[in-house]
Amino acid sequence: MLRHRLLSLFSWTYLIAMFGFILLPVAVLVLFSFQDGTLPIPPFNGFTLKWYAEVFADQKLMAALQNSLSVAFGSSLLACLLGFFAAYGLSRYRLPASALQRVLLMAPMTVSYLIIALGLLVVFNWSGIRLSLWTVGIGHVVINLPLCFAIIYASMGDHQKNTERAARDLGANGFQVLYLITAPMLMPSILAAFFLSLTFSWDEFIISFLLSRFDVTLPVEIWSLLRSGLNPKTNAIGSLVFLLSMILLLVLETLVFRRRSKP
Amino acid sequence: MNADVSGNDDPRSAWFYVVPALLWTMAFFVVPFAFMAATSFASLVRRKITYTWDLGNYLEFFDKPYLLKGLFVSLEITLAVTFISVVLAYPLAWIIAERVPKRLQRAVLILAILPFWTSYVVRSYSWLLLFSSNGVINNALMGSGIISEPLQLASTTSATIIGFVHFFVMLLTLTIYSNLVQLSPNYKRAAMDLGANTFQTFWHVILPLTLPGIMVGAFLTFVLCIGDYITPQILGGNNELVLPQIIMLQLGRRADIPAAASMSIILMLVVTAVYLLCLRWLKMERT
Repeated sequence: MLRHRLLSLFSWTYLIAMFGFILLPVAVLVLFSFQDGTLPIPPFNGFTLKWYAEVFADQKLMAALQNSLSVAFGSSLLACLLGFFAAYGLSRYRLPASALQRVLLMAPMTVSYLIIALGLLVVFNWSGIRLSLWTVGIGHVVINLPLCFAIIYASMGDHQKNTERAARDLGANGFQVLYLITAPMLMPSILAAFFLSLTFSWDEFIISFLLSRFDVTLPVEIWSLLRSGLNPKTNAIGSLVFLLSMILLLVLETLVFRRRSKP
Repeated sequence: MNADVSGNDDPRSAWFYVVPALLWTMAFFVVPFAFMAATSFASLVRRKITYTWDLGNYLEFFDKPYLLKGLFVSLEITLAVTFISVVLAYPLAWIIAERVPKRLQRAVLILAILPFWTSYVVRSYSWLLLFSSNGVINNALMGSGIISEPLQLASTTSATIIGFVHFFVMLLTLTIYSNLVQLSPNYKRAAMDLGANTFQTFWHVILPLTLPGIMVGAFLTFVLCIGDYITPQILGGNNELVLPQIIMLQLGRRADIPAAASMSIILMLVVTAVYLLCLRWLKMERT
């Protein structure tokens, strides 16, 4: 009995200690974003929203935020579309070398982002394509396409197949089946793939850093802010990014996973 | 998954669905990768990439101690991070799965991986707030009279390791937890019925059953950790450079893409070797 209690005591102590370790940095980040002073370090002088005002007044940060959102939405949309079509083609038709095609589509997942970025950099340099948000977007589609394909392909079961067959018997053509039957039935996994891509693209640094020049995404802009050392403004933008990611997560949770868990 | 849909649709139109994704992957992944591999055999002549097709970059890597050291520092940090993260995350995942009431588990788990959702760059920066010479930790230690001079915490290899462990503990807690809850409770019941205590049940039954899951998580940790540039750059400073930092240095200051390409290939080969080792080890475990 004593042993049992000791184990239980140890468990709770460990749980609390680990939560402290995990949550401490974020707590400090958010707390000192309200620091009434020029340095985000103790002691905490008082509460102010001045740093948030500075973030919203910073044209470069706001432009980077907008760039990040457009790249994230654009690249995720394209990755989902390409992934969905490929998943449909590969699961509904018998194609030659389909195993090889699947391996090819999944291959970018096995290579680090740095290598993908370097490869694209070499090609863009060689072909004279100028670096811009478009090149960043291309890189993000490359990393998210395998993810979207895998998620959507995995959810294409026989259950939908019968409904598709029924629609065909009733005279629907290939495109109508895809648009009216398959896509709506697979919507939860398509949305999951889309939002997952969105979070990956939103947070991605190395590809955005190497493949952009004048217009940059938010992580790259924050990166250049870091050069000025500790600054409550960096805390403020960091906390805002955290808030945005939480909202995205909440959307994902309510829209996708809640719906999926219902029968 | 292989029988085609019988109907009025031309099977040849299947290509219409698959080709865009295939073309994209070919154009923006396979071709760039081939280009990069080719460039690793090139060299920089008067700031222009010249395809000399020699092993110069690779020979230089193994010739210059400070380049080779980067690989060893990378391996050292990554192995330490992988080991510490697994050791810290396993008990946490086990406690959440076994000790926390079922209806609270989801909430506790979400709380445990909350910082996972902050930006990667920002997360390393948050540790800087704690580690800097007048930061939270030094402040608390000096305030309580434990030390009189601030400790050098930032710009150290330990800072890099702690920053990494923070991230990967969350990742591993998630994967190990999902492994633990998938186990049938009958295993535990059977072991208990046969007279095993909690520890014995864990050590002889639960742990071996979750080993494949741990290996997958550990491998993921290894791959993501050894390829990362941000955490060592922000927290480790410039004294013990890891390989990705050296690669970025080639790109930034000297625009030496061939050297960076060859080092990336070396990094990739190391990851592949570790993957093959893991695979072999897992197979041996099963037989």
